[in-house]
Amino acid sequence: MLSFFSKTAHTALVRLANGCFTVDRDGRIVASTLPQSFPLKQVHEIARRVLSTFQAAQQQNLPLTELMVDYSALMLTAREMRGGAIVYLTTRPLSPTS
Amino acid sequence: MSARPKILLLDDDASVLEVFREVVARLPSKPEIFTATSGPRAIALLESEEFNLLVSDLSMPKMDGLQVLSIVRRKFPQLRTAILTAVPDEQFRARAYAIGVDIYFEKPRTAQEIDLFIDCLESLIGQETSGVFRGIQSKSLVDIIQLECLSQSCSVLKVANGLQEGKIWFQDGDVIDAAVGDLQGESAFQRILSWKTGNFETLRAEPGHERAIFKSNQALLLESAQALDEATAEPNLTHAPNGQEGQPSAASSEVAVISKIEGVEFVLLSRGDNPQKIDSWSAQNPEPLGAWASATLQSFQELGESLQAGQLRHLEGIGLHQNVGLAALAERCFCVGFRRDIGAEQIRETMKEIVAECIC
Repeated sequence: MLSFFSKTAHTALVRLANGCFTVDRDGRIVASTLPQSFPLKQVHEIARRVLSTFQAAQQQNLPLTELMVDYSALMLTAREMRGGAIVYLTTRPLSPTS
Repeated sequence: MSARPKILLLDDDASVLEVFREVVARLPSKPEIFTATSGPRAIALLESEEFNLLVSDLSMPKMDGLQVLSIVRRKFPQLRTAILTAVPDEQFRARAYAIGVDIYFEKPRTAQEIDLFIDCLESLIGQETSGVFRGIQSKSLVDIIQLECLSQSCSVLKVANGLQEGKIWFQDGDVIDAAVGDLQGESAFQRILSWKTGNFETLRAEPGHERAIFKSNQALLLESAQALDEATAEPNLTHAPNGQEGQPSAASSEVAVISKIEGVEFVLLSRGDNPQKIDSWSAQNPEPLGAWASATLQSFQELGESLQAGQLRHLEGIGLHQNVGLAALAERCFCVGFRRDIGAEQIRETMKEIVAECIC
């Protein structure tokens, strides 16, 4: 029965990453300190949503310079830079005292 | 729901599921056991009938356990969830708990560990979810505090209600201090006691913690209960925002309460199921602004699910002219504008309080 507790093949789970990247106004990733294991697709996804949020806020006469998105396991901080942005990802540790 | 609890087991390996089913069949409550080999199949089953517990593997193709559970937590908040995995990784454990999973179990390797696993599952499906604190079966917070007092405990009780967290310090069975947000001492104790549901966790004692509460436990609990009764008996706000006359709706009462918070410049409250209906205070162009707030929250909720980063708690924007805080609660979307001098940290704390108050 105990044999079921091991599997022969696992799909890779994607780790959340600490680091930052910059994206230009056209959505191109200019520089990144994120580990290579962090999927580029997700970096683009973050960049796209951040840029569109800044642009949509501007259209509502609520121009934002900084955006902080607070998830249970991740803090995403984005600073607007001439239409582009620098985005910081910070994972949250499991802390019993926090 | 029938008397026998229903458990759904999710693993991509059918042979593992079969053995897993045999293990879970040993539960004393004799549960009905269902299995699924993929996340979408599991979600479809959960939609078709009511379950007590979902036990999921973590590593699965296409949709992994964290993705499944983040969807499940949102769609079925009352469902108990457990992860059974061979991945001994602290980050995944942290993310699982951040999503709201009840138990993260590493796959047992010995017969004793299997017994422990079975005991935990049995305990988990025996717990009711409404009106009690998760972590101990059918106990109110007052019961939990009294248990700590009777056991002459030296410990710290951490209590979470929504996004708000409070702590109560015990020393030799006496309540010596409490803290929640900016509140300390008795007022914090009363605030924590007003929470109807939540999670709690006992932390190690802090022997050097300064005493701020000097009343006896019974007096403290009695006074807190009285304060709670009086607060409940008080009538709601009698004036609505924007000069609306008559009895305010629950939503407009919430808007009115939020509008009184220091530094707040405008408030918008919209409902996901009816985005056209917006309650607002002092907001210019509430409809497009409400639409922006809803779309932004939805966009980052989707991003959070894609990244498996756990629940989106709130979002703060620092602006050129004013700052803004966004939070989603159930089907409601809160958008609060703040003065430019109110910093991100203060906005974050205020949004936490707003969400916690609205949960209460």
